[in-house]
Amino acid sequence: MLSIDLSVSRGDFHLTARVEANTPGIIAIFGPSGAGKSTLAHAIAGLVPATGRIQLDDVLWLDSSSQRSVPAEARRIGYVFQDARLFPHLDVRGNLRFAEHRARHHPRYVALKELIELLGLQALLARRVHQLSGGERQRVALGRALLSQPKLLILDEPLAALDVARREEVLPYLELLRDRYQVPMLYVSHQYDEVLRLASQVVLLGHGRIQASGTPAAISLDPSLRTIIGRELIGSVLEATVVSVDAATDLATVALGHTHIRLALANTSPGSRIRLHILARDVLLAIRAPEGLSVRNVLPGIISALTEEGRDAVLVTVDMGDERLLSRVTREAVNDLKLRPGLPIWALIKAASLRNQSFNQRARTSAEASR
Amino acid sequence: MLSVDEWSALRISLIVAGESVLLSLPVAIAIAFVLVRARFAGRPFLDAFVHLPLVLPPVVVGYLMLLLLGLHGTIGHWLYATLGVRLAFTTQGAALATAVMSFPLTVRAIRLSLEGIHPGLEEAARTLGAGAIDRFVSVTLPLMTPGILAGAITAFAAGLGEFGAVITFASNIPGETRTLPLALYTAIQTPDGDTAALRLAALSFCLGLTGLIVAEHLSRRLRARFGP
Repeated sequence: MLSIDLSVSRGDFHLTARVEANTPGIIAIFGPSGAGKSTLAHAIAGLVPATGRIQLDDVLWLDSSSQRSVPAEARRIGYVFQDARLFPHLDVRGNLRFAEHRARHHPRYVALKELIELLGLQALLARRVHQLSGGERQRVALGRALLSQPKLLILDEPLAALDVARREEVLPYLELLRDRYQVPMLYVSHQYDEVLRLASQVVLLGHGRIQASGTPAAISLDPSLRTIIGRELIGSVLEATVVSVDAATDLATVALGHTHIRLALANTSPGSRIRLHILARDVLLAIRAPEGLSVRNVLPGIISALTEEGRDAVLVTVDMGDERLLSRVTREAVNDLKLRPGLPIWALIKAASLRNQSFNQRARTSAEASR
Repeated sequence: MLSVDEWSALRISLIVAGESVLLSLPVAIAIAFVLVRARFAGRPFLDAFVHLPLVLPPVVVGYLMLLLLGLHGTIGHWLYATLGVRLAFTTQGAALATAVMSFPLTVRAIRLSLEGIHPGLEEAARTLGAGAIDRFVSVTLPLMTPGILAGAITAFAAGLGEFGAVITFASNIPGETRTLPLALYTAIQTPDGDTAALRLAALSFCLGLTGLIVAEHLSRRLRARFGP
Protein backbone atom coordinates (compact mmCIF):
# COMPACT_ATOMS: atom_id res chain seq x y z
CA MET A 1 0.00 0.00 0.00
CA LEU A 2 1.39 3.37 -1.04
CA SER A 3 -0.07 6.22 0.88
CA ILE A 4 0.74 9.80 0.03
CA ASP A 5 -0.56 12.95 1.61
CA LEU A 6 1.63 15.90 0.80
CA SER A 7 1.83 19.49 -0.22
CA VAL A 8 4.56 21.23 -2.17
CA SER A 9 5.09 24.92 -2.83
CA ARG A 10 7.42 26.10 -5.56
CA GLY A 11 7.14 29.80 -6.16
CA ASP A 12 3.58 30.48 -7.28
CA PHE A 13 2.77 26.83 -7.77
CA HIS A 14 1.08 24.87 -5.02
CA LEU A 15 0.40 21.19 -5.09
CA THR A 16 -1.61 19.12 -2.67
CA ALA A 17 -2.11 15.45 -3.23
CA ARG A 18 -3.64 12.57 -1.32
CA VAL A 19 -3.23 9.17 -2.88
CA GLU A 20 -3.88 5.69 -1.55
CA ALA A 21 -2.85 2.96 -3.93
CA ASN A 22 -2.52 -0.77 -3.77
CA THR A 23 0.91 -2.19 -4.52
CA PRO A 24 2.47 -3.79 -6.43
CA GLY A 25 1.06 -2.51 -9.67
CA ILE A 26 1.49 0.52 -11.87
CA ILE A 27 -0.03 3.69 -10.51
CA ALA A 28 -0.40 6.20 -13.30
CA ILE A 29 -0.27 9.90 -12.54
CA PHE A 30 -2.12 11.36 -15.46
CA GLY A 31 -2.88 14.94 -16.33
CA PRO A 32 -2.18 17.76 -18.77
CA SER A 33 1.17 19.55 -18.94
CA GLY A 34 1.63 21.92 -16.04
CA ALA A 35 -0.70 19.97 -13.76
CA GLY A 36 2.12 19.25 -11.33
CA LYS A 37 2.78 15.61 -12.21
CA SER A 38 6.55 15.93 -12.26
CA THR A 39 6.54 18.04 -9.11
CA LEU A 40 4.57 15.33 -7.34
CA ALA A 41 6.98 12.66 -8.58
CA HIS A 42 10.00 14.74 -7.54
CA ALA A 43 8.51 15.32 -4.09
CA ILE A 44 7.89 11.61 -3.58
CA ALA A 45 11.49 10.87 -4.56
CA GLY A 46 12.70 13.56 -2.15
CA LEU A 47 14.16 15.77 -4.90
CA VAL A 48 12.03 18.77 -3.93
CA PRO A 49 11.10 19.69 -0.39
CA ALA A 50 7.56 18.81 0.65
CA THR A 51 5.48 18.56 3.79
CA GLY A 52 3.10 15.80 4.73
CA ARG A 53 3.46 12.08 4.78
CA ILE A 54 4.68 9.43 2.33
CA GLN A 55 4.59 5.79 3.27
CA LEU A 56 5.00 2.56 1.37
CA ASP A 57 3.95 -0.45 3.44
CA ASP A 58 6.11 -0.14 6.57
CA VAL A 59 8.63 2.32 5.09
CA LEU A 60 8.08 5.91 6.12
CA TRP A 61 9.89 8.37 3.82
CA LEU A 62 8.34 11.57 4.99
CA ASP A 63 6.41 12.47 8.08
CA SER A 64 6.35 16.16 8.86
CA SER A 65 4.53 15.60 12.13
CA SER A 66 7.58 13.80 13.50
CA GLN A 67 10.14 15.89 11.56
CA ARG A 68 11.12 12.87 9.55
CA SER A 69 12.33 13.26 5.98
CA VAL A 70 14.56 10.60 4.51
CA PRO A 71 17.00 12.20 2.02
CA ALA A 72 16.56 11.19 -1.62
CA GLU A 73 19.77 9.16 -1.67
CA ALA A 74 18.49 6.99 1.17
CA ARG A 75 14.89 6.53 0.01
CA ARG A 76 15.72 3.80 -2.45
CA ILE A 77 13.24 5.15 -4.96
CA GLY A 78 14.39 4.45 -8.50
CA TYR A 79 13.72 7.30 -10.90
CA VAL A 80 13.61 7.18 -14.68
CA PHE A 81 13.73 10.72 -16.02
CA GLN A 82 12.22 11.91 -19.28
CA ASP A 83 15.71 12.76 -20.55
CA ALA A 84 17.25 9.50 -19.24
CA ARG A 85 20.12 11.37 -17.53
CA LEU A 86 22.73 8.72 -18.17
CA PHE A 87 26.22 9.64 -17.04
CA PRO A 88 28.14 10.74 -20.14
CA HIS A 89 31.56 9.95 -18.67
CA LEU A 90 30.64 6.29 -18.29
CA ASP A 91 29.69 3.70 -20.88
CA VAL A 92 26.46 1.72 -20.62
CA ARG A 93 28.06 -0.92 -18.42
CA GLY A 94 29.51 1.81 -16.20
CA ASN A 95 26.07 3.37 -15.80
CA LEU A 96 24.57 0.05 -14.76
CA ARG A 97 27.47 -0.68 -12.42
CA PHE A 98 27.10 2.74 -10.83
CA ALA A 99 23.67 1.73 -9.56
CA GLU A 100 24.58 -1.85 -8.77
CA HIS A 101 27.61 -0.84 -6.71
CA ARG A 102 25.66 1.60 -4.55
CA ALA A 103 22.98 -1.00 -3.86
CA ARG A 104 25.42 -3.75 -2.91
CA HIS A 105 24.24 -3.87 0.71
CA HIS A 106 20.55 -3.91 -0.13
CA PRO A 107 18.47 -7.05 -0.60
CA ARG A 108 18.82 -7.99 -4.25
CA TYR A 109 15.88 -8.87 -6.43
CA VAL A 110 17.26 -7.58 -9.73
CA ALA A 111 20.35 -9.37 -11.02
CA LEU A 112 22.62 -7.59 -13.51
CA LYS A 113 22.90 -10.50 -15.89
CA GLU A 114 19.22 -11.24 -16.03
CA LEU A 115 18.32 -7.59 -16.47
CA ILE A 116 20.78 -7.14 -19.34
CA GLU A 117 19.06 -10.04 -21.04
CA LEU A 118 15.52 -8.84 -20.27
CA LEU A 119 16.20 -5.37 -21.63
CA GLY A 120 18.32 -6.55 -24.54
CA LEU A 121 21.32 -4.48 -23.48
CA GLN A 122 24.07 -6.97 -24.27
CA ALA A 123 25.11 -5.32 -27.52
CA LEU A 124 25.08 -1.86 -25.94
CA LEU A 125 27.25 -2.48 -22.89
CA ALA A 126 30.47 -1.03 -24.29
CA ARG A 127 28.73 1.92 -25.97
CA ARG A 128 29.15 5.50 -24.93
CA VAL A 129 25.95 7.21 -23.90
CA HIS A 130 25.99 9.64 -26.82
CA GLN A 131 26.06 6.70 -29.23
CA LEU A 132 22.64 5.46 -28.08
CA SER A 133 19.26 6.16 -29.68
CA GLY A 134 16.51 7.70 -27.58
CA GLY A 135 14.80 4.36 -27.03
CA GLU A 136 18.06 2.65 -26.08
CA ARG A 137 18.81 5.41 -23.62
CA GLN A 138 15.52 4.89 -21.84
CA ARG A 139 16.08 1.15 -21.70
CA VAL A 140 19.47 1.71 -20.08
CA ALA A 141 17.94 4.24 -17.69
CA LEU A 142 15.26 1.70 -16.77
CA GLY A 143 17.91 -0.94 -16.14
CA ARG A 144 20.02 1.45 -14.11
CA ALA A 145 17.09 2.47 -11.93
CA LEU A 146 16.13 -1.15 -11.30
CA LEU A 147 19.69 -2.14 -10.42
CA SER A 148 19.53 0.19 -7.44
CA GLN A 149 17.09 -2.45 -6.10
CA PRO A 150 14.41 0.18 -5.50
CA LYS A 151 11.39 -0.18 -3.25
CA LEU A 152 9.46 2.04 -5.63
CA LEU A 153 10.18 2.88 -9.24
CA ILE A 154 9.10 6.28 -10.55
CA LEU A 155 8.84 6.65 -14.31
CA ASP A 156 8.57 10.35 -15.09
CA GLU A 157 7.25 10.59 -18.66
CA PRO A 158 9.88 8.12 -19.85
CA LEU A 159 8.46 8.04 -23.37
CA ALA A 160 7.64 11.72 -23.83
CA ALA A 161 10.88 12.51 -25.65
CA LEU A 162 10.45 9.60 -28.07
CA ASP A 163 8.48 9.46 -31.30
CA VAL A 164 5.68 6.93 -31.69
CA ALA A 165 7.84 4.23 -33.28
CA ARG A 166 10.51 4.56 -30.59
CA ARG A 167 7.88 4.27 -27.87
CA GLU A 168 7.12 0.77 -29.04
CA GLU A 169 10.81 0.00 -28.43
CA VAL A 170 10.36 0.73 -24.75
CA LEU A 171 6.72 0.04 -23.81
CA PRO A 172 6.88 -3.77 -24.09
CA TYR A 173 9.89 -3.73 -21.76
CA LEU A 174 7.91 -1.81 -19.18
CA GLU A 175 5.23 -4.49 -19.28
CA LEU A 176 7.86 -7.17 -19.07
CA LEU A 177 9.52 -5.60 -16.02
CA ARG A 178 6.17 -5.06 -14.32
CA ASP A 179 5.43 -8.75 -14.64
CA ARG A 180 8.92 -10.00 -13.81
CA TYR A 181 9.65 -7.87 -10.74
CA GLN A 182 6.97 -7.09 -8.22
CA VAL A 183 8.22 -3.55 -7.73
CA PRO A 184 5.52 -0.88 -7.31
CA MET A 185 5.71 1.67 -10.09
CA LEU A 186 4.54 5.24 -10.37
CA TYR A 187 4.04 6.13 -14.01
CA VAL A 188 3.80 9.82 -14.85
CA SER A 189 2.30 10.50 -18.27
CA HIS A 190 0.11 12.79 -20.29
CA GLN A 191 -0.57 10.07 -22.88
CA TYR A 192 -3.92 8.43 -22.27
CA ASP A 193 -3.11 5.35 -24.36
CA GLU A 194 0.04 4.61 -22.34
CA VAL A 195 -1.91 4.92 -19.13
CA LEU A 196 -4.64 2.57 -20.37
CA ARG A 197 -2.06 0.07 -21.45
CA LEU A 198 -0.02 0.00 -18.26
CA ALA A 199 -1.87 1.28 -15.24
CA SER A 200 -3.62 -0.69 -12.57
CA GLN A 201 -4.68 2.53 -10.91
CA VAL A 202 -4.98 6.05 -12.27
CA VAL A 203 -4.59 9.32 -10.41
CA LEU A 204 -5.93 12.31 -12.33
CA LEU A 205 -4.01 15.47 -11.59
CA GLY A 206 -4.98 18.96 -12.68
CA HIS A 207 -3.93 22.42 -11.47
CA GLY A 208 -1.93 21.00 -8.59
CA ARG A 209 -4.85 18.97 -7.23
CA ILE A 210 -6.07 15.45 -7.56
CA GLN A 211 -9.27 15.43 -9.57
CA ALA A 212 -10.06 11.75 -9.36
CA SER A 213 -8.43 8.46 -8.56
CA GLY A 214 -9.39 4.87 -9.24
CA THR A 215 -9.13 1.98 -11.65
CA PRO A 216 -8.82 2.82 -15.36
CA ALA A 217 -12.41 1.58 -15.76
CA ALA A 218 -13.68 3.95 -13.10
CA ILE A 219 -11.55 6.87 -14.33
CA SER A 220 -12.76 6.40 -17.90
CA LEU A 221 -16.27 7.35 -16.73
CA ASP A 222 -15.15 10.26 -14.59
CA PRO A 223 -16.35 13.64 -15.87
CA SER A 224 -13.08 15.37 -14.92
CA LEU A 225 -11.22 13.17 -17.40
CA ARG A 226 -13.23 14.60 -20.27
CA THR A 227 -11.60 18.02 -20.20
CA ILE A 228 -8.15 16.43 -20.26
CA ILE A 229 -8.27 13.86 -23.04
CA GLY A 230 -10.53 15.57 -25.51
CA ARG A 231 -13.71 14.39 -27.14
CA GLU A 232 -12.32 11.78 -29.50
CA LEU A 233 -10.89 9.56 -26.78
CA ILE A 234 -13.88 9.60 -24.46
CA GLY A 235 -15.19 6.11 -23.95
CA SER A 236 -15.47 3.43 -21.34
CA VAL A 237 -12.65 1.11 -20.36
CA LEU A 238 -13.68 -2.42 -19.55
CA GLU A 239 -11.77 -5.35 -18.14
CA ALA A 240 -12.79 -8.54 -19.87
CA THR A 241 -11.82 -12.19 -20.23
CA VAL A 242 -11.39 -13.98 -23.52
CA VAL A 243 -13.74 -16.99 -23.58
CA SER A 244 -12.91 -18.50 -26.93
CA VAL A 245 -11.07 -17.68 -30.13
CA ASP A 246 -12.02 -18.81 -33.61
CA ALA A 247 -8.63 -19.55 -35.13
CA ALA A 248 -9.91 -19.28 -38.70
CA THR A 249 -11.36 -15.78 -38.40
CA ASP A 250 -9.46 -14.41 -35.37
CA LEU A 251 -12.88 -13.51 -34.00
CA ALA A 252 -12.85 -13.84 -30.23
CA THR A 253 -15.71 -14.12 -27.79
CA VAL A 254 -15.12 -11.97 -24.75
CA ALA A 255 -17.02 -12.11 -21.47
CA LEU A 256 -18.17 -8.69 -20.37
CA GLY A 257 -20.08 -8.85 -17.13
CA HIS A 258 -23.04 -11.14 -17.78
CA THR A 259 -22.92 -10.86 -21.53
CA HIS A 260 -20.56 -11.73 -24.31
CA ILE A 261 -19.28 -9.68 -27.19
CA ARG A 262 -17.48 -10.75 -30.31
CA LEU A 263 -14.49 -8.91 -31.65
CA ALA A 264 -11.51 -9.42 -33.85
CA LEU A 265 -8.48 -10.16 -31.70
CA ALA A 266 -5.16 -11.43 -32.91
CA ASN A 267 -2.63 -13.22 -30.71
CA THR A 268 -4.81 -14.09 -27.82
CA SER A 269 -5.98 -17.24 -26.12
CA PRO A 270 -8.93 -18.26 -23.94
CA GLY A 271 -8.53 -17.11 -20.36
CA SER A 272 -6.55 -13.96 -21.21
CA ARG A 273 -7.52 -10.81 -19.38
CA ILE A 274 -7.85 -7.92 -21.75
CA ARG A 275 -8.69 -4.27 -21.39
CA LEU A 276 -11.10 -2.80 -23.91
CA HIS A 277 -11.47 0.86 -24.65
CA ILE A 278 -14.83 1.38 -26.27
CA LEU A 279 -15.16 4.90 -27.60
CA ALA A 280 -18.40 6.76 -26.95
CA ARG A 281 -18.68 7.60 -30.63
CA ASP A 282 -18.71 3.89 -31.54
CA VAL A 283 -21.67 2.99 -29.37
CA LEU A 284 -25.17 3.39 -30.82
CA LEU A 285 -28.38 3.20 -28.82
CA ALA A 286 -31.73 1.55 -29.64
CA ILE A 287 -34.89 1.65 -27.52
CA ARG A 288 -36.15 -1.65 -28.97
CA ALA A 289 -34.25 -4.88 -29.62
CA PRO A 290 -32.91 -4.30 -33.12
CA GLU A 291 -33.18 -6.89 -35.88
CA GLY A 292 -31.54 -7.37 -39.22
CA LEU A 293 -28.40 -5.39 -38.45
CA SER A 294 -24.85 -6.05 -39.46
CA VAL A 295 -23.68 -5.06 -35.99
CA ARG A 296 -22.65 -8.15 -34.02
CA ASN A 297 -22.74 -6.83 -30.50
CA VAL A 298 -26.07 -5.77 -29.11
CA LEU A 299 -26.04 -5.46 -25.34
CA PRO A 300 -29.05 -4.79 -23.13
CA GLY A 301 -28.69 -2.20 -20.38
CA ILE A 302 -30.30 0.63 -18.51
CA ILE A 303 -29.55 4.31 -18.93
CA SER A 304 -28.06 5.64 -15.71
CA ALA A 305 -27.06 9.17 -16.67
CA LEU A 306 -27.22 11.79 -19.40
CA THR A 307 -24.51 14.44 -19.57
CA GLU A 308 -24.60 17.44 -21.85
CA GLU A 309 -21.50 17.63 -24.01
CA GLY A 310 -21.08 20.85 -25.87
CA ARG A 311 -23.96 22.40 -27.80
CA ASP A 312 -25.49 19.45 -29.59
CA ALA A 313 -24.14 16.22 -28.12
CA VAL A 314 -25.12 14.22 -25.08
CA LEU A 315 -23.10 11.50 -23.37
CA VAL A 316 -25.29 8.63 -22.26
CA THR A 317 -24.09 6.23 -19.58
CA VAL A 318 -25.50 2.73 -19.95
CA ASP A 319 -25.35 0.28 -17.05
CA MET A 320 -25.01 -3.38 -17.89
CA GLY A 321 -24.71 -5.04 -14.52
CA ASP A 322 -21.25 -4.15 -13.25
CA GLU A 323 -20.06 -2.70 -16.52
CA ARG A 324 -20.85 0.63 -18.04
CA LEU A 325 -20.71 1.98 -21.56
CA LEU A 326 -20.61 5.54 -22.76
CA SER A 327 -22.46 6.52 -25.90
CA ARG A 328 -22.43 9.87 -27.65
CA VAL A 329 -25.74 10.79 -29.26
CA THR A 330 -27.19 14.01 -30.58
CA ARG A 331 -29.55 16.12 -28.51
CA GLU A 332 -32.14 15.55 -31.19
CA ALA A 333 -31.87 11.78 -30.69
CA VAL A 334 -32.32 12.22 -26.93
CA ASN A 335 -35.55 14.12 -27.55
CA ASP A 336 -36.88 11.80 -30.27
CA LEU A 337 -36.19 8.58 -28.37
CA LYS A 338 -37.16 10.19 -25.03
CA LEU A 339 -33.93 8.96 -23.45
CA ARG A 340 -33.89 9.38 -19.67
CA PRO A 341 -32.25 7.71 -16.69
CA GLY A 342 -33.88 4.37 -15.86
CA LEU A 343 -34.89 3.61 -19.44
CA PRO A 344 -34.04 0.08 -20.65
CA ILE A 345 -31.90 0.33 -23.78
CA TRP A 346 -29.86 -1.69 -26.26
CA ALA A 347 -26.28 -0.63 -26.86
CA LEU A 348 -24.80 -1.49 -30.25
CA ILE A 349 -21.02 -1.77 -30.49
CA LYS A 350 -19.41 -1.99 -33.89
CA ALA A 351 -16.97 -4.88 -33.74
CA ALA A 352 -14.92 -3.37 -36.54
CA SER A 353 -14.32 -0.19 -34.58
CA LEU A 354 -13.14 -2.21 -31.65
CA ARG A 355 -10.46 -3.74 -33.75
CA ASN A 356 -9.40 -0.62 -35.54
CA GLN A 357 -8.92 2.13 -33.00
CA SER A 358 -10.93 1.83 -29.90
CA PHE A 359 -9.27 -1.16 -28.45
CA ASN A 360 -6.25 -1.68 -26.32
CA GLN A 361 -5.07 -5.13 -25.71
CA ARG A 362 -3.46 -5.99 -22.47
CA ALA A 363 -3.63 -9.70 -22.87
CA ARG A 364 -1.46 -11.78 -20.65
CA THR A 365 -1.64 -15.40 -19.78
CA SER A 366 -0.17 -16.89 -16.67
CA ALA A 367 2.45 -18.61 -18.82
CA GLU A 368 3.65 -15.27 -20.18
CA ALA A 369 3.74 -13.64 -16.78
CA SER A 370 6.05 -16.23 -15.32
CA ARG A 371 8.44 -16.22 -18.24
CA MET B 1 72.99 22.71 -27.32
CA LEU B 2 71.69 24.90 -24.49
CA SER B 3 74.01 26.73 -22.12
CA VAL B 4 73.92 26.15 -18.37
CA ASP B 5 72.08 29.43 -17.81
CA GLU B 6 69.54 28.60 -20.48
CA TRP B 7 68.89 25.18 -18.96
CA SER B 8 68.47 26.82 -15.60
CA ALA B 9 65.96 29.36 -16.92
CA LEU B 10 64.00 26.62 -18.72
CA ARG B 11 64.01 24.43 -15.64
CA ILE B 12 62.85 27.24 -13.36
CA SER B 13 60.17 28.28 -15.83
CA LEU B 14 58.78 24.76 -15.90
CA ILE B 15 58.96 24.40 -12.11
CA VAL B 16 57.33 27.76 -11.47
CA ALA B 17 54.56 27.18 -14.03
CA GLY B 18 54.00 23.59 -12.83
CA GLU B 19 53.91 24.49 -9.16
CA SER B 20 51.62 27.42 -9.84
CA VAL B 21 49.14 25.05 -11.49
CA LEU B 22 49.27 22.61 -8.58
CA LEU B 23 48.78 25.49 -6.15
CA SER B 24 45.86 27.13 -7.91
CA LEU B 25 43.94 24.10 -9.18
CA PRO B 26 42.34 22.83 -5.92
CA VAL B 27 41.42 26.36 -4.86
CA ALA B 28 40.12 27.18 -8.34
CA ILE B 29 37.91 24.06 -8.36
CA ALA B 30 36.47 25.00 -4.98
CA ILE B 31 35.89 28.65 -5.94
CA ALA B 32 34.35 27.70 -9.30
CA PHE B 33 32.02 25.26 -7.53
CA VAL B 34 30.95 27.92 -5.04
CA LEU B 35 30.44 30.53 -7.79
CA VAL B 36 28.28 28.19 -9.90
CA ARG B 37 26.31 26.28 -7.30
CA ALA B 38 26.09 28.38 -4.15
CA ARG B 39 23.70 31.30 -3.74
CA PHE B 40 24.83 33.79 -1.13
CA ALA B 41 24.94 37.56 -0.65
CA GLY B 42 28.67 38.01 -1.21
CA ARG B 43 28.79 36.12 -4.49
CA PRO B 44 29.20 39.12 -6.86
CA PHE B 45 31.97 40.44 -4.62
CA LEU B 46 33.79 37.10 -4.63
CA ASP B 47 33.35 36.90 -8.39
CA ALA B 48 34.90 40.36 -8.85
CA PHE B 49 37.71 39.64 -6.39
CA VAL B 50 38.68 36.46 -8.24
CA HIS B 51 38.96 38.44 -11.46
CA LEU B 52 41.11 41.24 -10.00
CA PRO B 53 44.49 39.90 -11.22
CA LEU B 54 43.10 40.10 -14.73
CA VAL B 55 42.61 43.87 -14.56
CA LEU B 56 45.36 44.94 -12.16
CA PRO B 57 48.87 45.57 -13.52
CA PRO B 58 50.96 42.51 -12.57
CA VAL B 59 53.41 44.78 -10.76
CA VAL B 60 50.60 45.89 -8.45
CA VAL B 61 49.73 42.27 -7.66
CA GLY B 62 53.40 41.52 -6.96
CA TYR B 63 53.70 44.61 -4.78
CA LEU B 64 50.57 43.75 -2.78
CA MET B 65 51.90 40.25 -2.26
CA LEU B 66 55.18 41.69 -1.09
CA LEU B 67 53.33 43.87 1.41
CA LEU B 68 51.35 40.91 2.75
CA LEU B 69 53.70 37.99 2.32
CA GLY B 70 57.13 39.63 2.49
CA LEU B 71 59.19 39.04 5.62
CA HIS B 72 57.81 42.27 7.11
CA GLY B 73 54.27 41.67 5.93
CA THR B 74 51.59 40.47 8.36
CA ILE B 75 51.18 37.00 6.90
CA GLY B 76 54.79 36.66 5.71
CA HIS B 77 56.15 37.49 9.13
CA TRP B 78 53.86 34.96 10.81
CA LEU B 79 54.74 32.27 8.23
CA TYR B 80 58.44 32.77 8.83
CA ALA B 81 58.17 32.98 12.62
CA THR B 82 55.96 29.90 13.10
CA LEU B 83 56.66 27.65 10.11
CA GLY B 84 60.03 28.93 8.95
CA VAL B 85 58.59 29.45 5.47
CA ARG B 86 59.92 32.30 3.35
CA LEU B 87 58.03 33.11 0.18
CA ALA B 88 59.41 36.40 -1.12
CA PHE B 89 62.49 36.02 -3.35
CA THR B 90 62.14 32.19 -3.63
CA THR B 91 61.07 29.76 -6.36
CA GLN B 92 57.94 28.95 -4.34
CA GLY B 93 57.20 32.64 -4.13
CA ALA B 94 57.54 32.95 -7.89
CA ALA B 95 55.16 30.01 -8.26
CA LEU B 96 52.67 31.63 -5.88
CA ALA B 97 52.80 34.95 -7.72
CA THR B 98 52.28 33.11 -10.99
CA ALA B 99 49.37 31.15 -9.49
CA VAL B 100 47.66 34.35 -8.35
CA MET B 101 48.06 35.89 -11.81
CA SER B 102 46.65 32.89 -13.68
CA PHE B 103 43.96 32.16 -11.10
CA PRO B 104 41.11 33.98 -12.92
CA LEU B 105 41.82 32.04 -16.12
CA THR B 106 41.75 28.72 -14.27
CA VAL B 107 38.53 29.55 -12.45
CA ARG B 108 36.90 30.68 -15.70
CA ALA B 109 37.72 27.46 -17.55
CA ILE B 110 36.55 25.24 -14.71
CA ARG B 111 33.45 27.33 -14.21
CA LEU B 112 32.48 27.02 -17.86
CA SER B 113 32.66 23.24 -17.73
CA LEU B 114 30.75 23.16 -14.46
CA GLU B 115 27.99 25.32 -15.91
CA GLY B 116 27.73 22.87 -18.80
CA ILE B 117 26.98 19.96 -16.48
CA HIS B 118 23.26 19.17 -16.32
CA PRO B 119 22.38 19.40 -12.59
CA GLY B 120 19.91 16.60 -13.31
CA LEU B 121 22.82 14.18 -13.50
CA GLU B 122 23.52 14.77 -9.82
CA GLU B 123 19.82 14.28 -9.11
CA ALA B 124 19.97 11.00 -10.96
CA ALA B 125 22.98 9.96 -8.90
CA ARG B 126 21.05 10.86 -5.76
CA THR B 127 18.15 8.58 -6.65
CA LEU B 128 20.70 5.82 -7.20
CA GLY B 129 21.87 6.18 -3.63
CA ALA B 130 24.91 8.46 -3.98
CA GLY B 131 25.49 10.91 -1.12
CA ALA B 132 26.92 14.42 -1.56
CA ILE B 133 30.64 13.52 -1.51
CA ASP B 134 30.06 10.41 -3.63
CA ARG B 135 28.16 12.53 -6.18
CA PHE B 136 30.95 15.09 -6.38
CA VAL B 137 33.71 12.52 -6.71
CA SER B 138 32.00 10.08 -9.06
CA VAL B 139 29.84 12.37 -11.20
CA THR B 140 30.65 16.08 -10.99
CA LEU B 141 34.44 15.89 -10.82
CA PRO B 142 34.85 13.48 -13.77
CA LEU B 143 32.50 15.63 -15.83
CA MET B 144 34.55 18.69 -14.92
CA THR B 145 37.74 17.01 -16.16
CA PRO B 146 37.76 18.74 -19.55
CA GLY B 147 37.38 22.13 -17.84
CA ILE B 148 39.97 21.34 -15.21
CA LEU B 149 42.43 20.24 -17.88
CA ALA B 150 41.73 23.27 -20.02
CA GLY B 151 42.19 25.48 -16.96
CA ALA B 152 45.45 23.74 -16.05
CA ILE B 153 46.82 24.09 -19.58
CA THR B 154 45.88 27.76 -19.79
CA ALA B 155 47.38 28.42 -16.36
CA PHE B 156 50.55 26.56 -17.24
CA ALA B 157 50.94 28.44 -20.51
CA ALA B 158 50.26 31.78 -18.84
CA GLY B 159 52.62 30.80 -16.04
CA LEU B 160 55.50 30.30 -18.46
CA GLY B 161 55.19 33.92 -19.52
CA GLU B 162 54.48 35.62 -16.19
CA PHE B 163 56.85 38.53 -15.69
CA GLY B 164 55.64 41.51 -13.68
CA ALA B 165 54.34 39.79 -10.57
CA VAL B 166 57.30 37.41 -10.41
CA ILE B 167 60.00 40.07 -10.72
CA THR B 168 58.27 42.25 -8.13
CA PHE B 169 57.55 39.59 -5.54
CA ALA B 170 60.32 37.06 -6.18
CA SER B 171 62.94 39.24 -7.86
CA ASN B 172 65.31 38.05 -10.60
CA ILE B 173 67.66 35.63 -8.88
CA PRO B 174 69.62 33.31 -11.21
CA GLY B 175 68.93 29.66 -10.48
CA GLU B 176 66.11 30.58 -8.10
CA THR B 177 63.53 32.86 -9.67
CA ARG B 178 65.02 33.73 -13.08
CA THR B 179 62.47 32.22 -15.47
CA LEU B 180 62.72 32.40 -19.27
CA PRO B 181 61.07 35.82 -19.63
CA LEU B 182 63.22 37.17 -16.79
CA ALA B 183 66.38 35.73 -18.37
CA LEU B 184 65.34 37.26 -21.69
CA TYR B 185 64.79 40.61 -20.00
CA THR B 186 68.20 40.35 -18.36
CA ALA B 187 69.84 39.51 -21.68
CA ILE B 188 68.25 42.52 -23.34
CA GLN B 189 69.57 44.75 -20.57
CA THR B 190 73.09 43.36 -21.03
CA PRO B 191 75.43 44.92 -23.65
CA ASP B 192 76.14 42.39 -26.44
CA GLY B 193 73.31 40.23 -25.15
CA ASP B 194 71.57 40.13 -28.54
CA THR B 195 72.47 36.54 -29.38
CA ALA B 196 71.54 35.31 -25.93
CA ALA B 197 68.22 37.14 -26.12
CA LEU B 198 67.48 35.68 -29.56
CA ARG B 199 68.27 32.15 -28.38
CA LEU B 200 66.00 32.57 -25.33
CA ALA B 201 63.23 33.93 -27.54
CA ALA B 202 63.60 30.92 -29.83
CA LEU B 203 63.47 28.62 -26.81
CA SER B 204 60.27 30.28 -25.58
CA PHE B 205 58.84 29.92 -29.05
CA CYS B 206 59.55 26.18 -29.19
CA LEU B 207 58.21 25.67 -25.68
CA GLY B 208 54.97 27.48 -26.55
CA LEU B 209 54.49 25.54 -29.77
CA THR B 210 55.05 22.19 -28.02
CA GLY B 211 52.59 23.21 -25.34
CA LEU B 212 49.92 24.07 -27.91
CA ILE B 213 50.32 20.77 -29.73
CA VAL B 214 50.11 18.77 -26.50
CA ALA B 215 47.04 20.72 -25.39
CA GLU B 216 45.28 20.16 -28.71
CA HIS B 217 46.06 16.45 -28.55
CA LEU B 218 44.69 16.20 -25.01
CA SER B 219 41.47 18.02 -25.76
CA ARG B 220 40.94 15.83 -28.83
CA ARG B 221 41.21 12.71 -26.70
CA LEU B 222 38.83 14.16 -24.15
CA ARG B 223 36.28 14.99 -26.83
CA ALA B 224 36.46 11.42 -28.05
CA ARG B 225 35.74 10.26 -24.54
CA PHE B 226 32.93 12.59 -23.61
CA GLY B 227 31.32 12.87 -27.00
CA PRO B 228 30.40 16.01 -28.90
